Amino acid sequence: CFYCMCSICVRCYSVLLACVVFVLDVAVFHYSSQSKVLLHFVNQNGMKTSVTGTEGESLLDVVVKKNVQIDGFGACEGTLSCSTCHLIFEDSMYDRMETMADDEMDMLDLAYGLTKTSRLGCQVTLQPWMDGMTVRVPQEVKDQRDVQETKSKQ
Amino acid sequence: MSTSYSFEFQQYGKLTIVHSVNACNLPQARHDIVVDIYERLPVPFGLVRFGVAPDHPEVKNVINTFTQTAHSERFYFHGNVNVGMDISVEELKEAYHAVVLSYGAEGNRSLAVSGEDLIGVFSARDFVGWYNGHPSNKELHPDLNCETVVILGQGNVALDIARVLLSPLDMLKKTDITQRALQTLAASRVRRVLMVGRRGPLQIAGTIKEVREMINLPGTKADLLPVDYDGIAEALNDLPRPRKRLTDKQAMGIRFLRSPVKVLPGADGKRVAGIRLAVKKLEGSGEGAQAIPTGHTEDLECGMVICSIGYKSLPIDPAVPFDPRRAIVQNNLGRVQGTAGLYCSGWLKRGPTGVIATTMNDSFDTARIILNDLEAGTLDMSIHKPGAQDITALLKARGVREVSFSEWEKINSEEVRRGEALGKPREKLLDVEEMLAVAWS
Repeated sequence: CFYCMCSICVRCYSVLLACVVFVLDVAVFHYSSQSKVLLHFVNQNGMKTSVTGTEGESLLDVVVKKNVQIDGFGACEGTLSCSTCHLIFEDSMYDRMETMADDEMDMLDLAYGLTKTSRLGCQVTLQPWMDGMTVRVPQEVKDQRDVQETKSKQ
Repeated sequence: MSTSYSFEFQQYGKLTIVHSVNACNLPQARHDIVVDIYERLPVPFGLVRFGVAPDHPEVKNVINTFTQTAHSERFYFHGNVNVGMDISVEELKEAYHAVVLSYGAEGNRSLAVSGEDLIGVFSARDFVGWYNGHPSNKELHPDLNCETVVILGQGNVALDIARVLLSPLDMLKKTDITQRALQTLAASRVRRVLMVGRRGPLQIAGTIKEVREMINLPGTKADLLPVDYDGIAEALNDLPRPRKRLTDKQAMGIRFLRSPVKVLPGADGKRVAGIRLAVKKLEGSGEGAQAIPTGHTEDLECGMVICSIGYKSLPIDPAVPFDPRRAIVQNNLGRVQGTAGLYCSGWLKRGPTGVIATTMNDSFDTARIILNDLEAGTLDMSIHKPGAQDITALLKARGVREVSFSEWEKINSEEVRRGEALGKPREKLLDVEEMLAVAWS
């Protein structure tokens, strides 16, 4: 015991124990938040790009840091002021995600090619259970043939 | 001597720069493309600078992406060049493999009612240009000494204007709204803003985020008539509940099924005192619903009328085929009709609607079309084109001096410096001469 120099001071031991537990907690937290999450981005041509993100990062962070080539992604830099980070998820993944806030829904509504499992990438935070997840980059433009068809019908 | 393709984009809207993002960041094959943007003002970015509301700074983050592109060594900005006046589209076509027109829509759809010319009637574009520091609107001097302002239109622009008119000054003074506008708003007597639309609540052009902002604006109560929402309970559920606060001294209201018939003058015959509206009823539903006259009219007292009924593109060069009815350049998927090597993009191509993301995607479309044409040989890359070299020489001979991107960055630094002194992100220079003096200093 540092204070009273006796060998069995409960107060000092409990303080020491608390410190040890705290340090362990921090270590556990630190190590678990570093868990890597494997992601597969598939674009509209079917081309797959695989990258690893870190738990706690948003999908926008991953796209930016890992230089995933998606035209015009994240124009508003994650401030819920656009819909350019729109991504499409597998049903099982989508269902496990936290529900969307109104803010996100308002912007997602304006996204092109919206689906039932669409989310804004800047609002999706990586969790360990997302390891191996496939994310589809939405079709941002109509197929040129569709555009032609529409025009000829007008 | 490299065979370089030079694209020229006459920029009025921000999307030409986005365009070149696609052109410049192409994988492998296209390292030989050079992009030149010609812009009438000394400053770039178009509507991102002059259209986006001052209290939506996050929307302007896209400027960072544009700036990144602009720093590419195959990109050049040529500000202070008026295409159509200083240089013709034909001359540009001679100097470049491809020319893309994306100068947006600077005109307004006309109200076409009597009284449109009275003092106190403004186009939304001019009013927004005034608080956003557009050089051509600096002498607007709107008189906010009246209690009620009527805005015709219910799109996002109308919602922005209503919000700026009624926002607490504490919120506005931290934005990049011009100091002049801030001072005018500080002295404003406006307490009520009514947004009037032709059709019903389900046809409103504004998007939900902006409507939500309106309803939650501090100090302002939402003035919505229950009768307007009869029979559309589901739509009502989607709208956030308007919170009635007794202390709210201001009101922002929406009126449906009203269409302007006449702007009414006051006693002096020169200034707006009210507006006469025709009462409509809705036939059909959804996007195709039509507003049919009922024969009744209604008069609203107001001191200002702002027309926010849509923008319109203007022709800048007789050599470019223009469709006056749709007010767009005649095109097929962005290829200008009847001529090779000329393209259009954005609002000039599709009409003036859509948010940034919509127009951005359209830019990518246009870029793909150009690349298709390059690969198909429709654009002949074997011919040497002089590009900016010739154009700059021509301009110089005509006494026109350009502003480069790094010169714009001097203007940018000066604006940020002036803003710092006022606790704002920037204080925009309002005067083209002043901009040029800073750019060329």
